[in-house]
Amino acid sequence: MDIKTLIDNAQNRRSLLKGMGVAAVGLTFTGALAGCGEKEAKKLANGEEASLNLYNWDDYMGETTLEDFKEAGGVDVKMDLFDTNDTLFAKFRAGNPGYDLIVPSNDFVERMAKADMLEKIDKAQLSNFKNIAPEFVDVDYDKGREYSVPYTWLALGIGYRKSKVQGVPDSWKYLFDSDQYKGRIALLSEAGDVFRLCAKYMGKSVNGLTPADIKTIEAMLVKQKPFIAKFHDDDGQDLLAKGEVDLVLEYNGDIAQLMTEDDDIDFVIPKEGSQLNSDNFCIPKGAKHPKNAHAFINFILDAQNGKKVTETILYPTPNAAAKELMPDSYKKNPVIYPPADKLAKCEYAKFNPDIQPLYEEAFTRVRAS
Amino acid sequence: MAEQDWKQQKRPFAAVSLTPLFWTLLFFVIPMAFVWFYSFGRNVGLTDIDIVGTLDNYKRATEWLYLSIFLKSLAVAALVTLICLIVGFPVAMAITFASEKWRPWLLLGIMLPFWTNLLIRTYALMIVMGQQGYANKGLEALWGGASWLKTLVGLQPMETWEPLPLLYNNFAVVVGLVYVHLPFMVLPLYSALDRLDKSLIEASLDLGAGHLKTLFKVVVPLAAPGIIAGVMITLIPALGAYLTPDLMGGTDSQMIANVIERQFKRANDWPFGAALSFLLIYAMFALIALQGMRKKTGEVK
Repeated sequence: MDIKTLIDNAQNRRSLLKGMGVAAVGLTFTGALAGCGEKEAKKLANGEEASLNLYNWDDYMGETTLEDFKEAGGVDVKMDLFDTNDTLFAKFRAGNPGYDLIVPSNDFVERMAKADMLEKIDKAQLSNFKNIAPEFVDVDYDKGREYSVPYTWLALGIGYRKSKVQGVPDSWKYLFDSDQYKGRIALLSEAGDVFRLCAKYMGKSVNGLTPADIKTIEAMLVKQKPFIAKFHDDDGQDLLAKGEVDLVLEYNGDIAQLMTEDDDIDFVIPKEGSQLNSDNFCIPKGAKHPKNAHAFINFILDAQNGKKVTETILYPTPNAAAKELMPDSYKKNPVIYPPADKLAKCEYAKFNPDIQPLYEEAFTRVRAS
Repeated sequence: MAEQDWKQQKRPFAAVSLTPLFWTLLFFVIPMAFVWFYSFGRNVGLTDIDIVGTLDNYKRATEWLYLSIFLKSLAVAALVTLICLIVGFPVAMAITFASEKWRPWLLLGIMLPFWTNLLIRTYALMIVMGQQGYANKGLEALWGGASWLKTLVGLQPMETWEPLPLLYNNFAVVVGLVYVHLPFMVLPLYSALDRLDKSLIEASLDLGAGHLKTLFKVVVPLAAPGIIAGVMITLIPALGAYLTPDLMGGTDSQMIANVIERQFKRANDWPFGAALSFLLIYAMFALIALQGMRKKTGEVK
């Protein structure tokens, strides 16, 4: 425990110490990043300076990937970290603060593309694009992959402590509509995700919610709230690891990482189906080093380099060539790659600007009740 | 010391106040003015705000849902302030009456937590208060000991220990806020008590008042300015607390600052967030104005 717990708290993909996110609320000074640190402008063959500013999730890069990339092309990568898509979006609202490459999730790719915040991807510069598995090449949230290149995908489900739970909690009922594990449950604090998964529990599509459904779900959550210990900010794996709760709503990769340290943990995608997410490389408008950004994306898409990333972060990868190189313990891991029949019931959430505020207000009411 | 009126010393006053004025203008007034304008705007598309002079945001912000969260935040902040006052007053008294040798060390003890980041202190407190934290482990050991003693004298052992839910509830939020804000209360109290003429206390005791009577009839009234200052600088930050309810709170521990944060990030509704922020600022202004008015009437007396 102690110091290690403190550090671990700060080291999970979506749980960067929260306070740092506060700054994003204020004003962003455009160019503050780009202006410093470039003592001498050494030019590369492609006409750009030898640097790249990457804005990534925490704990979401291969251990040596950045050094390997520097060795290969001489480009220095400066990586900053964000903890939620909302932080990313709030920062870019006031203009690009100096980044060349960002990693938004699927619905935010859609949102940022609509808000004209993204540059188009030039596939001619991506010789390794062919390594991407076909089902990830053309996706609903970015038709023809105009603005994004897939980096990982992930599925929401229930992470649980086997010794404290009877059998396999393979229904959303245990989280949303039952007092069986009273006080031992933690849900994500992301209003949209919670409401969409409640829709799944009610047998509806994550993209088919009406205001009337939101009312119904709100009532269900108000009833369930006394049995929920905490709405967590994507640090559910820590709550589970520390024994604060026994069931958490979390992403499969987070739980897979924890399972390598703790035998008593497992993960299930409930029988009603779930929601999928995918994180993508995008080049924001105003990027100073777009060619380096393309080179970096191409570097990650390479089979060997992709494998090294995957070995560290243990998320499902859309990079078919990299997956091929991984050991069976990864490829056949049912947590990382859920069975096909379960996946068939999972959906990607579409960005819907009309219904998002309704989720937020309903969730505020649930919390205030 | 004779107080000088700034009106008779205009030039030196201007020279001294120019830098802070400029600073306040640049880093406080101008950014806040933007937010103030946003609060009269509405969202156009995903990133643009049209400042149309609408009051809709304020109308929504004064709906019962948000007002009730405001009131709850105020209640939590008031409770925290009260606890800080009850705990902090004896501490400040103890420091005041400590020997010259000890006083700097005691003051250092109060200040020391300031040197550590709020976030780190909060996480440390969370480690102590968790289900498997040290507080629960300590209690479990005591429980086990008591149970063993009972078996020793031939009684049934006690039931197995269930960890207390110390963390992730309103109790945890109040404990966390008291922990963070206690120095804010102790320091102004100490500075008021330190200036207090101790012979007055002796006189009161000599003339037959008991200790409690002396405390409430002599010490408290004389320390009143310190008490009011302490209450203000505890109440106002506690009202806007964000980190503690977020990290230590449970499912119903949201305070108004958490709701405001969600408007700027998740809900992407800056105009509404701005309106909520300004209601909070107005509430704080009102508190400060109240204090100012009290001071004025005090002077008149």
